[in-house]
Amino acid sequence: MTGSPALRRLGLLTPALVTIAVLVGVPLTLLFWISLLQKGGSSGVDWASVPSLANYIRLVWEEDFDGTMILNTSYLVILLRSILQAAVTTGLSLLFGLPVALWMAGLSRGQRDLMLLLITIPFWTNLLVRNYAWLIILREDGWFSQMVDFISPVGPIQLLYNDLAVVIGLTYSFLPFMILPLYAVFEKFDWRLLEAAHDLGAPRSRAIRRVLIPIAMPGIAAGSLLVFIPCLGAFVTPALLGGGKTLMLGNIIQMQFGASRNWPFGATLAVVLLSLMLIAMVTMAIWRNRRVR
Amino acid sequence: MNIRHFPMTREISLLVLVYLYVPVVVLVGYSFNANRTATVWSHASLDWYARILANPSIQSAAKNSLVLALCAATAATVIALLAALATARAFPSRDGVEAVLKMPLILPEIVVAVATLMLFVALGVQLGLGAMILAHTAFCIPFAYLPIRARIEGLNQGYGEAAQDLYANRFRSFRRVTLPLLWPGIMAGFTLAFVTSLDDFLTSFFLSGPGTTTLPVYIFSSIKAGITPEINAISTVMLVISVLLVSLSFFLGRLRR
Repeated sequence: MTGSPALRRLGLLTPALVTIAVLVGVPLTLLFWISLLQKGGSSGVDWASVPSLANYIRLVWEEDFDGTMILNTSYLVILLRSILQAAVTTGLSLLFGLPVALWMAGLSRGQRDLMLLLITIPFWTNLLVRNYAWLIILREDGWFSQMVDFISPVGPIQLLYNDLAVVIGLTYSFLPFMILPLYAVFEKFDWRLLEAAHDLGAPRSRAIRRVLIPIAMPGIAAGSLLVFIPCLGAFVTPALLGGGKTLMLGNIIQMQFGASRNWPFGATLAVVLLSLMLIAMVTMAIWRNRRVR
Repeated sequence: MNIRHFPMTREISLLVLVYLYVPVVVLVGYSFNANRTATVWSHASLDWYARILANPSIQSAAKNSLVLALCAATAATVIALLAALATARAFPSRDGVEAVLKMPLILPEIVVAVATLMLFVALGVQLGLGAMILAHTAFCIPFAYLPIRARIEGLNQGYGEAAQDLYANRFRSFRRVTLPLLWPGIMAGFTLAFVTSLDDFLTSFFLSGPGTTTLPVYIFSSIKAGITPEINAISTVMLVISVLLVSLSFFLGRLRR
């Protein structure tokens, strides 16, 4: 009975807010700061260096031996590949997730619950283990590879360690993130709206395009973000299925903290990843607002 | 023609289920394979399970993983329960507070992991189990919070008030009335936080430091060293634990209020 409700509320919220501030907020602030510093000796960061944008410039230009700046596209290529891989994965997830969500919405209550559990379980199982399972399947001496080689007209095909393997693994990892928000929309959808459009003379395809899809838009937007963002920062999938040949942003961030030991540049790459995430979120918000109007 | 019926959606859905489950089945199947070359089938055996049970580095990694998940999930659940009690009633900045609580879900894990690594090194926090427990607690909070919050949402606020009208003090009414009613939500939240911590690879990978590995970190370094049937067996064990715990949480979340 002590204190005002507002004070009591603050007391209850303090542990959560402090934990997240100290273990998420402070580290992210430090990350921005370090991205402006230079690499140091043993600790990875030269704390005394003068803050500058040198690391950001290094993303695109490289200093030649004689001091002239030359274009270095290697990081840009990896950046573009990450965006492309994430976009393709999002597209594929939508392509497969939409029919699944539609089908689930039409099932009986018990069947829906079962499907929901079946879709959710892979999401909760270990990401590393799930990608490892694909590594076994796509291996050269695996039964799947041999089957593909058998029916392939152009001889043996290398399934592992390429962009396709990474997209398969990414789609596998994040497909549930697309299905669940879509299902949430279709579950609440008033199907009489579709029937009404149909009765008023709209052909089926038009009724779907003009009634169902616009109503599904929030689900499509949410699902796309939930797939796109973790794909951008993926580390495990390209590390296992890309085999060091098709690197993504997550891999080159990790390298700066491993072998290369250039923490400020790693921090810079992480800031780039965060910025891409923000751009994706803002773009989606603007696009959704436009559609509502 | 029924407008709710979409042609091909059933076939595609079944195909997606096959896509989701075939890799898991293949992995589990191979873990019972007696053959040394992880991908050629000879006959069924439990050899690899016996072998991982006897492996001291796997034992210590498993112990670390369990201690880590237990500590992080417990801390996250207590913190999340307090927060959920506060957000049960509407107040002006509630949406903002909830957005902060869910932040670890949205941020790319690799970014938070490397940022935490640099903070710990800058502050002189020793990497290892303690560092991992701190970082895991932070990202487990939303996983514990959401089921507890959902449970409170469906709860009649009147019970606690009735208890207080009947002269229970605030603490007593919380312990004897609110807490038992929330219990399924708390357990569901704890279980999800536990699974999330147990399965985490990236954060542990950066913060484990020399000498302390967790099971996922051990699995990753083993895969990098070469695929062996032992990896299939540990992976299967991890899969089974996750599926059991998540099913438990799913069931707890559906318990009658």
